[in-house]
Amino acid sequence: MHGGMHFHTLCHLSSSANTTYRADCCTYDRSETAISGRIRAPNQIFGRPVLTIVIATLALAGCSGPQSALDPAGVEASAVHHLFIVMVIGGAIIWAMTIGVLAYAGRTRPKPISVRGASRLIVWGGVAFPVVVLFLLLSYAVWLMPQVRPWLPGAMDGTAEIEVTGEQFWWRILYLDQTGKPAFETANELHLPVGRRTTFRLKAADVIHSFWIPALGGKMDMIPGRDNSLSLEPTKAGIYRGPCAEFCGTSHALMAFSVVVMEEVDYLAWRAARTQAPVAPQKTSGQELFFRHGCAACHAIAGTPAIGRIGPDLTALGERQTLAAGTLSNTPDAMIRFIRDPASIKPGVKMPAFGMLPDGDIEAISAWLGGLK
Amino acid sequence: MKWLREIETFWTLFTAPTVWALHFLICYVAFAVFCAKQGALALSFDTVRLALGGVTVVALGVIVLSAWLAWRQWGFGTDDPPHDAPTDEDRRKFQGFATLLLAGLSFVAVLYVSVPLLFIGACQS
Ligand code: HEC
Ligand SMILES: [Cu+2]
Repeated sequence: MHGGMHFHTLCHLSSSANTTYRADCCTYDRSETAISGRIRAPNQIFGRPVLTIVIATLALAGCSGPQSALDPAGVEASAVHHLFIVMVIGGAIIWAMTIGVLAYAGRTRPKPISVRGASRLIVWGGVAFPVVVLFLLLSYAVWLMPQVRPWLPGAMDGTAEIEVTGEQFWWRILYLDQTGKPAFETANELHLPVGRRTTFRLKAADVIHSFWIPALGGKMDMIPGRDNSLSLEPTKAGIYRGPCAEFCGTSHALMAFSVVVMEEVDYLAWRAARTQAPVAPQKTSGQELFFRHGCAACHAIAGTPAIGRIGPDLTALGERQTLAAGTLSNTPDAMIRFIRDPASIKPGVKMPAFGMLPDGDIEAISAWLGGLK
Repeated sequence: MKWLREIETFWTLFTAPTVWALHFLICYVAFAVFCAKQGALALSFDTVRLALGGVTVVALGVIVLSAWLAWRQWGFGTDDPPHDAPTDEDRRKFQGFATLLLAGLSFVAVLYVSVPLLFIGACQS
């Protein structure tokens, strides 16, 4: 009975390596052919080192990079990573033991075992062992929780605060000063100091979104009508990426932001530049066209009369890593393409198409926007 | 204790899982109310923690008692399952054995539910 079950499982494995196998497998019972099929199956799968290496490389390539929880660059992300490793190792050991027992049961000739022995096996292996192991893993996870999510009183006191609002399909970012009053607004790109804890006040303007910077920590939903908080402490300078982690509409997959983690001096300089009385950008025909074509109704740019609040703030757009919430790289071509027909790049976007404008106008506007620093 | 032996009811089967459910509710509701009304209640965090620790001990005690009664109903394990003959005795033993297993499950479950009591640090601010 046991042998039969075991044998069928392997049949399916071997059939994937060699399709002609399947017919043999399923018609023979525990005959000699069936047994030889059982032994050959693993060789057929593992006897392809090239394939194995390719798969392993592809799998590992996903582990690093700017948007990976397995490549932590923050205190919370390290705790999550640690939790993940402990759980994977714990799970792998349990899996290996289970499969080991299964393989042992399939390979040895069945021998009668005493009722006492069987009961003992069930009580220790089937009850005591899982109860204790699960208890330990659960305790470890619960014990780790305050490090994964430091929301206890005190953890967020005296930290800098940033208010982030999820909108279909971009991120409104409002830096607050020490007294909690708005200091300046930006969009789709966060700047954070390394080694300092920052608290995020998370909101949503329309539907539920979720704020997640995998390299820095866990995610937190943004819910209309509610303020959620999350605090993060980056430990490594660098540029990371945060995706929206809750389906929010047609362009949900195109809603991301960049996170620039800077040394504290650089961060303070960046912040000071933003909070000082803004310098009016160079006046060009691009600026004139920006106002003439009504862009300022939706977009704000510090140092100009543009104070629209429907779309993202475009101050210092030229410095940003990406355009349109992590969707395009920040190049003049991409900007022209986006202004001409935003919905062809981001379906459902709330910005109208400006394809009816002369090409020269769009080029002048995007040259001006791209030059904003 | 004589009456305990004479009850012929299905309800003894559910005693332990019911205790588990009540313990779960008491723990979660107590902390939810405590954290929502932090200023309003003259209780410290550790008082609530200790009180719930007491509730846990009582819950485990009731489950152990239920397990002991079930063990007795099962005939102290003198007979092996499956107890599937159409007789009063087998029906009684079957129920006893099932109750004993449920008591074991509930005991472990109550322990697991109590793990956060050991580690919880404060209310979410
Ligand atoms: C009706 C309001 C509206 C008008 C008018 C409008 N936009 Fe937009 N714009 C938006 C919205 C909303 C977005 C965010 C799109 C998204 O990513 O979901 C946006 C995004 C952008 C972006 C990308 C910003 C970023 O953070 O990456 C640029 C550049 C832009 N608009 C330029 C323009 C220009 C130039 C005009 C005028 C020709 C214009 N917009 C007119 C609403 C508007
Ligand atoms: Cu979203």
